[in-house]
Amino acid sequence: MSENGNGNLLAAILGRKVGMTRIYDSAGTVVPVTVVQAGPCVVTQVKTEDGKDGYNAVQLGFEDVKERRSTKPLVGHCRKTGQTSPKRFFREVRLSAKPTVAAGSTVDVSIFDAIKWVDVVGTSKGKGFQGVMKRWNFGGQPGSHGTERKHRSPGSIGGGQGTRGHGRAIKKGKKMAGHLGVEQITTRNLALVGVDKEKHLLLIRGTVPGANGGVVFVRQAKTVLPVAAEVKA
Amino acid sequence: MRNALLTHVESKHLQASPPQFSIGDLVDVHCKIVEGDKERIQVFSGTVILRKGTGINSTFTVRRIVNNEGVERIFPLHSPKIEKLEVKRKSKVRRAKLNYLRGLTGKATRLKEGAPIVPSDSPTASAVVAAPAAAEPTSSA
Repeated sequence: MSENGNGNLLAAILGRKVGMTRIYDSAGTVVPVTVVQAGPCVVTQVKTEDGKDGYNAVQLGFEDVKERRSTKPLVGHCRKTGQTSPKRFFREVRLSAKPTVAAGSTVDVSIFDAIKWVDVVGTSKGKGFQGVMKRWNFGGQPGSHGTERKHRSPGSIGGGQGTRGHGRAIKKGKKMAGHLGVEQITTRNLALVGVDKEKHLLLIRGTVPGANGGVVFVRQAKTVLPVAAEVKA
Repeated sequence: MRNALLTHVESKHLQASPPQFSIGDLVDVHCKIVEGDKERIQVFSGTVILRKGTGINSTFTVRRIVNNEGVERIFPLHSPKIEKLEVKRKSKVRRAKLNYLRGLTGKATRLKEGAPIVPSDSPTASAVVAAPAAAEPTSSA
């Protein structure tokens, strides 16, 4: 994990996905972008390795919520850092070194100024109960040659000798039909093509998990791309 | 309704005065081409056969025949790569999309000559159907 110059805080922020559009880069090429309205977030807690937590992290709080809609413990937790209203969303960011930011300080999109690549964590759109072809990219069965009413079925799910070590039961974790979506998805190494400090916007190239309006967590890319192609806004 | 924040992001990338033309027009599209570190202008001339999308998503398709082969290019309307767009000849057409031209060759692809080209305030795409009809009485009178 690497830090930028901003008070040892790994560039990270919570926001809401606004939607997608397209912009032109300096070469006049169309760039598809997802607009994320991020922050301003508040550092609601600082954890240090020599403190009682035993590790380095900061906790970010995002979006005010009415006191009566929050819980008393949360109200108290936010008040400790001098916040007038509790926050709706929280997210902890682990750091490799001791955080230098103080609890109560604000984090906005300007920490992404020098950053080119980001990871985005979001909750994927709910797809309901889906078959194996959509859920696990199974190939399905042949369309013809005598196949009847089984074109999208998974085929054999094992049994007898096929389930060695599992008795007669189906293997745990066997890929089958079921609920798809509404799970945490991380999309890594997306190019950050623009930062709008005035409106707290991040312009991220490509798609970002989740529906428009969904909460996303944007952080500086954890891994460095093998080919860090220059992408200019 | 379009999200206000998206509109805000797009507004910086919209051309103040996107090219003005209508469907069926014979146009010269002057586009910037970068080769290495040199930039030059390439002209693509043909007939505008369709326009689609709104705002920053709007594109138009220009069709021409090269060596007996139909060639179409889709340009984003707000692309900064379009240096300028010249309307060479206006046509009188009765549809918004001229997809039928794709199935035709030779003489059949001719379009009726439309109103003479008026500099600077040529009709916009939204007035495609109305404009030639409205312009005709004034030109004949």
